[in-house]
Amino acid sequence: MKKSEKIAGSVANYVDERTGAAKWLKKNLTKVFPDHWSFMLGEICLYSFIILLLSGTFLTFWFDPSQREVVYNGSYAPLSNLTMSASYASTLHISFDVRGGLLMRQIHHWAALIFMAGIIAHLLRVFFTGAFRKPREFNWLIGVGLVTLGIVEGFLGYSLPDDLLSGTGIRIAEAILQAIPVVGSYLAFFAFGGAFPGHVFIPRIYTVHVLLLPGIFLALITVHLMLVWYQKHTQYPGPGRTEKNVVGYPLMPVYMAKAGGFFFIVFGVTAFLGAVASINPIWLYGPYTPGQISAGSQPDFYMGWLDGLVRMAPPIETHAFGHTISWNILIPGLIIPGILFTGMALYPFIESWITGDKTEHHLLDRPRNVPNRTALGAMSLAFMLIILINGGNDIIATHFHLTINQIMWFTRIGVIVIPPIVFVITKRLCLSLQRADRELVLHGKETGRLVMLPHGEFVEIHQELTPAQKFILTQHEQPEPLAIPDTDAGGVRNPAGIKGKIRSRMSKANAEQVSAPSETEAKAIDGGHH
Amino acid sequence: MNFGFKKVASYRRHRFAAPALIVVALISLGTTFSMASALTGGPHMVGAEQTTLVQEGKEIFARGCSSCHGINAEGGNIAPALVGVGAAAVDFQVGTGRMPMADMSQQAMRKRPVYNAEQTAALAAYVASLAPGPAAVNDAQLTFERDGNTAQGGELFRTNCAMCHNFAGQGGALSQGKYAPTLMGVEPKHIYEAMITGPQSMPVFSDKVITPAEKLSIIKWIKAAESEPNLGGASLGRVGPVTEGLLVWTLGLGILIGIAVWLAMKAR
Repeated sequence: MKKSEKIAGSVANYVDERTGAAKWLKKNLTKVFPDHWSFMLGEICLYSFIILLLSGTFLTFWFDPSQREVVYNGSYAPLSNLTMSASYASTLHISFDVRGGLLMRQIHHWAALIFMAGIIAHLLRVFFTGAFRKPREFNWLIGVGLVTLGIVEGFLGYSLPDDLLSGTGIRIAEAILQAIPVVGSYLAFFAFGGAFPGHVFIPRIYTVHVLLLPGIFLALITVHLMLVWYQKHTQYPGPGRTEKNVVGYPLMPVYMAKAGGFFFIVFGVTAFLGAVASINPIWLYGPYTPGQISAGSQPDFYMGWLDGLVRMAPPIETHAFGHTISWNILIPGLIIPGILFTGMALYPFIESWITGDKTEHHLLDRPRNVPNRTALGAMSLAFMLIILINGGNDIIATHFHLTINQIMWFTRIGVIVIPPIVFVITKRLCLSLQRADRELVLHGKETGRLVMLPHGEFVEIHQELTPAQKFILTQHEQPEPLAIPDTDAGGVRNPAGIKGKIRSRMSKANAEQVSAPSETEAKAIDGGHH
Repeated sequence: MNFGFKKVASYRRHRFAAPALIVVALISLGTTFSMASALTGGPHMVGAEQTTLVQEGKEIFARGCSSCHGINAEGGNIAPALVGVGAAAVDFQVGTGRMPMADMSQQAMRKRPVYNAEQTAALAAYVASLAPGPAAVNDAQLTFERDGNTAQGGELFRTNCAMCHNFAGQGGALSQGKYAPTLMGVEPKHIYEAMITGPQSMPVFSDKVITPAEKLSIIKWIKAAESEPNLGGASLGRVGPVTEGLLVWTLGLGILIGIAVWLAMKAR
C-alpha cells in the first residue's frame, strides 16, 4: 500500500468510527437511477436554485433594502443628483461600481428565469408521463407548492430594486390585494404599513425574499428529493423494467459525474447569458415614483399569464352598500388563478377517482396511451399560452403591426374556444398514434422494398419489430370503464347520484382506447399473410 | 423652306411624337424647378423672397396636399384644416415623411420624406402665412448639448413621455392600432416640434407645461439614451421582460435540454 493510500484510509476510518458513515454510504452510493434526458429537467431547477443562492448572497453584500431617500452620485451620469430610494441607489451601485456586480445581478436574474422555466418543463414531464400517480401524490403537491412559491419569490425579487418597472408591479399587486372583498383595503394597508407606496414594503419583502422563502424552498426541495430517493425514481417502460425494479446506473460513479458535470454546465449557460444578454436594465427604467409609468410594463414570463388575464378582463364592477367589488381584478387576479392552482394540486386525486386506480405505479406512461390526460394537459397549455400572449399584447402589437384591440379580442374569444379544440385534436392524435403503434406491432415496419411474387402480385416487405420494440408498444395497461350501473336493482336511475353520473361519464371517456394487440392476434398474423 | 416645314410637320403625327414632347416638357420643367428651388430659400429672407417662398409653397400644396386638406388648407372629410397649425407642424409632418400619407391607415408612419428641405420650407412658409402658429425650430435654438441637463431630462421624460414611448424611448402601443413611435434616430428639431405641435395622438406640451429649457433637457436625455452603449450585453430591444422570457425559453432552456439529451445519449 502506498503512503498516500494509507493516509486516506486512516482518515476515512477516523470519520467512520465517529459517524458510522461507511455503512450508510455503501448502501446509498450504489443506488440505481434510470437514465433519460427528461429526468434531468428537475436537476436544472435544483442547480439554478444553488446558483440563485450563491449569486443572491453576493448581491446582499451591497444591496440596501430601504426606501430611505438618498441623492445619487454614483458613476451612472444620466441619473446624477436625482433623489431616489436607497434600494434603487444601491442596485445602481452594484451594477456600476462593484466589480462583477452587474454580471452577478444578471446571472441572478437569468438563473431565476431558468429556474422557473425548468420547473414548468419538469412539471409538464411529470404530468404527461403520469409520474404523479400513487405513491407520488405528495411529491406532486410539494412540486405545486414550489412552482407557486417560485412565482411569488421571483416577483419579490423583481420588486426589490425599486426601479420604475418594479414599482409598477408592486402597484398592480396592491390593486389585486385591494380587490379582495371586505378585507382587501385592510390587507393592503397592513402590507404597506399605510398608503401606497409607504416606506416599509421594500424592507419587508427583502426579508421574505432572502430569508423566509429560500428557507421554505430548501426544506421543500429536501423533502422533494428525499421522497424521490425513498420511493425510487420512475422509469420509462422497456424490456426488463417492471413496477418492482429500477434499471439504470449507480449513483457512484455514473451519476455523481453526470450530475456534477451538469451542475457546471447549468452554471456555465447561466453565466454565459449573464455575460452576453442584458436583463432588467434598471438604470434605464429610472427610480420609482408613483406618478410615472412606462409603456410596455410587463412582469417576468412566469407572471405574464396573470397579467394577460387581467388585461383581457372586461371592466365589470358592482357597487353595493357603499362598497365596490372590482370583478375585473378579482376574477382574473385571484379567482381564476385559484381555480387553476387548486385544480393542478388536486389532479392526481381526481384522476385516481375517475379511473378507480389505487395501485402503485413506477413505470411511466407514454403520453399517447393516456389520451384523456394528454389532451387535458395540451388544453391547459393552450389556455396558458393564449393568456400569456395577451400579457405581451402591446409588444406584439408594435412589433407585428397589429392593433392591441384585435389581439385582446382574439385572446378573449380564443381563451374560451381554442382549449376545447386543442383537447379534441390532441385526443384524436393520441388515438391515431395508438392505431399506428398497433399497426406497427401487427404488420411491422414498412421497408419500402417492393417485391413481385411469381404470379405477378406486388407486395411491400414489412420488417417485423424486435421483441423489445413490440414490448414497449404493447406493455401499457388497458383501462376498463368503472362499472357504475345506470339503474339499480329496483329500477331507480343514477343510484350513485350526480357524482356517480359524472364519474361514470368521465371513466368511460378515459377508457376510450385503441386496444393493444394481444398475443393471439399477433400469432394469427404471423401464421397467415398480410 | 416650305419643304423643310412640311417635313417637320409630318413628324407631328409620328407615334413617338407625343411621348417625346412629354419627356422634353418634363425635363425642362424639372430643370427650371430645381434651379429655382436651389436659388430660393436660405435662413434669412426678406419681404419679396418670403412672398416667393409662400407662393411656391402654395403651388406645392395645391399639387400635393390639397386633395385631402382642401385647396385653401380648409380641411376636408378625411383630413384636418391646416390654418393655424404653424410652420413647426409642417416641418415635422413633411420633414419626417409622415405627410403626404402613403395610405389611410390608423396613423401616418415615418418614411423617407417626399419633399426635400427647400420644398418643405416653402410648404411651411405657405401654411404659416395662413394664420399664426408655432414656428419651425432652427438649429440655433437647439442648444441642448450646452444647455440641457440629462438627469433632469430623464425625470421629465419618465413623467411625460415614457407612458407611451417606453422607458427607453423605444415606442409603444396605443389603442386601435395607433402607436407611439420610437424616438431613436429622430432629429432633435423634430422631437422639439413634436412637443410643441402634438402630432397625431400626441398631446401638445406648451412652453408653460414644459419650458423650452426643459424641452432641451428631454432631447439631451433621449440623445444620451440613444448613444448609450448596451451596458449589460445584447439589449434585447429595450422593451422589458417579454424578450427576456422569449430568450430564456429558446436559447437558455434550449441549450440545457440539448445538453441533457446529449448526456443521456452518452450512457448507452
